[in-house]
Amino acid sequence: VIAAIDAQAAWLITNAVTLILTIPAVTAVVLLLLPAYRLSARLNAASAGLTLLASLLLLLHKPEPGAYLLVDDLNIVFIILNSFVGFTTSLFSASYIDHELEIGRLSQTNLRFYHAMYQVLLFAMGLALLANNIGLMWVAIELATLTTVLMVGLYRTHEALEAAWKYFILGSVGIALALFGTILVYMAARPVVGEGPAGMIWTVLMRHGAALDPPLLNLAFVFLLLGYGTKVGLAPLHAWLPDAHAEGPTPISAVLSGLLLNVALHAVLRFKLLLAANPGAIAPGPLMATMGLVSLIFAGFMLYRRRDIKRLFAYSSIEHMGIIAFAFGMGGPLANFAGLLHMTMHSLTKSGIFFTVGHIAQAKGTQRLVDLRGLTVTHPLLGWGLIVGVAAIAGMPPLGIFMSEFLVVSSTFAREPLLAIPLVTGLLIAFGALMLRLHDVAFGEPEGSTEPVKASHLPMVMHFALVLTAGLYLPPPLVAWFQHVAGQLH
Amino acid sequence: MDRFAFDVAHFLAGILVLVSLLLLYQDRLSALINVFAFQALVLALSVSWQAYVQGAPHLYLTAAIALVVKAIGIPLALHRMIRRLGVHREVETALNIGSTMLAGLALVALSIVVVLRVTAAEGILAREDLAFALSVVLLGLLMMVTRRNAVSQVIGFMSLENGLILAATGAKGMPFVVEISVAFSVLVAFIVIGIFLFRIRERFDTVDLHALDEVREGQR
Repeated sequence: VIAAIDAQAAWLITNAVTLILTIPAVTAVVLLLLPAYRLSARLNAASAGLTLLASLLLLLHKPEPGAYLLVDDLNIVFIILNSFVGFTTSLFSASYIDHELEIGRLSQTNLRFYHAMYQVLLFAMGLALLANNIGLMWVAIELATLTTVLMVGLYRTHEALEAAWKYFILGSVGIALALFGTILVYMAARPVVGEGPAGMIWTVLMRHGAALDPPLLNLAFVFLLLGYGTKVGLAPLHAWLPDAHAEGPTPISAVLSGLLLNVALHAVLRFKLLLAANPGAIAPGPLMATMGLVSLIFAGFMLYRRRDIKRLFAYSSIEHMGIIAFAFGMGGPLANFAGLLHMTMHSLTKSGIFFTVGHIAQAKGTQRLVDLRGLTVTHPLLGWGLIVGVAAIAGMPPLGIFMSEFLVVSSTFAREPLLAIPLVTGLLIAFGALMLRLHDVAFGEPEGSTEPVKASHLPMVMHFALVLTAGLYLPPPLVAWFQHVAGQLH
Repeated sequence: MDRFAFDVAHFLAGILVLVSLLLLYQDRLSALINVFAFQALVLALSVSWQAYVQGAPHLYLTAAIALVVKAIGIPLALHRMIRRLGVHREVETALNIGSTMLAGLALVALSIVVVLRVTAAEGILAREDLAFALSVVLLGLLMMVTRRNAVSQVIGFMSLENGLILAATGAKGMPFVVEISVAFSVLVAFIVIGIFLFRIRERFDTVDLHALDEVREGQR
């Protein structure tokens, strides 16, 4: 019996990659056929939970890279983070849609479609992260874009359709530019690795990185940075992001901010590595750092003028993706470590905030900041949850983002003291804006409905507890793991 | 590659750029759609020529997709749509046509300068093909930026995509070309259906929701 269990465990471990992709794909089909929405919501969460377990198996055993799929130290971090937030969001989504169905904002048919799309999205993001082929990665990111477009437009209101359309057009342009960059990378590789599929495989490209044609690679990187940078939400290519976050269902805002931006960032990082392997190519770091700084400062100012709570946090996502791109652009073990940590903390915190905001908007029946005052009085748990979330995202100690921001700032001071000035300025501007908004929303004169709302607080509490723990104590194995990955990033 | 094969490929790619410029100064939607259909036809020819010259039969599939979907299917659907929406006359531009043309010429010059400079190691056909492809891509982008109307934006996007397919087929032996052209067709189909269902007239400002309600009523 023990031998049989061992054999099964061994099978599970060696096939973890297949499971990560097949579980969401199969569930998507089932969900499309399943009419009962309560069951769908549970199945959605169960399937996301299984995907999380499968991705944890990757820690035990790393399969050899194949022609299409690849597991290495870099993407494991992204995959585990992705499936964790994917799972908690599916829990939040189950209680969120209950309310939406009750008030008639969504119909049963809509929900069937919504659940299926959720799984397709998880599949597409998994594929984009696992792809060992730049063409396959591109197709996966396109699929992820399409699914999120459909979900953003789910409410079919004027604003939602407008947001979906804007996201669609800008996302398509970004994706088209990224494809042009992908073709250029292939052309740069062709003289070295020969014609055919080999010229698009990551592991092959990285092995021959030094021999690729530098000028072509430079041109390719510009297109890739602009293309995938659009999806990361870096200024000035961010225009789709606030609308898409504000008008879609809140679980989708959480997944967009917490996950999809990271997936696009992962693509940019991969190409950055490719350029770094080539001595003749331009240094990709400064380009990324500049775009990151511009996004940070721009979003910092934009935070002051927001009237909609989801838009507010969407701009905050632009700000944080700016910080992360800046950290990775700076490069070096410390800044890369800070970038990875900040990315993880941002994903956890921002999706936690969207869980809170989703229930707040349901309780109050509005997303307008002026109508949301005095939450600590009307809905104490949600109100205090929001306070913890905003304190975390603004970078207050002792929460996790404080630590990662501190690391970004200190590594910048050590290497490029002058760059630290705009960085700290941007952080302070954003901090001020968030505190200003938080004060009214949390402690202002109570406004609007005081009815309690049926809400599942578990995902929110889970995320904030993790962020708090990370701020107080990072387990040494995690630190060692991130340091190892950061060392490989150059 | 012999001289003749090169000349034909070059000629077809050149026509694609010219047609992209033609697209820029169309001031009526139906004419715009016709010009686009012509561009897709030229693309189909160009891709089949590459398939023939490179001995890569799978590229014929990409050519067939270009012909059936982009030269015939989508133009027909768009013609029908603009008749339904009653917007067949005007093409609203954000920038006047003279300046747009000048900007377009500048973009073509830019892409030729950039590409020829960075691809010194490549063969001459690949270099010039790439320069033309980049011109088509940039002209498509220019069109998307300078047009307000949703239909002309989609046409801008599709002509941008024609440039990408040209680049992909010019890169000899590139895998996934067929898959990519299929993926793009799906994307474009979604866009067109989106415009049709939601009666999107202008790019971001007008979504006629009343019309949407009618669609819903019709479904019930």
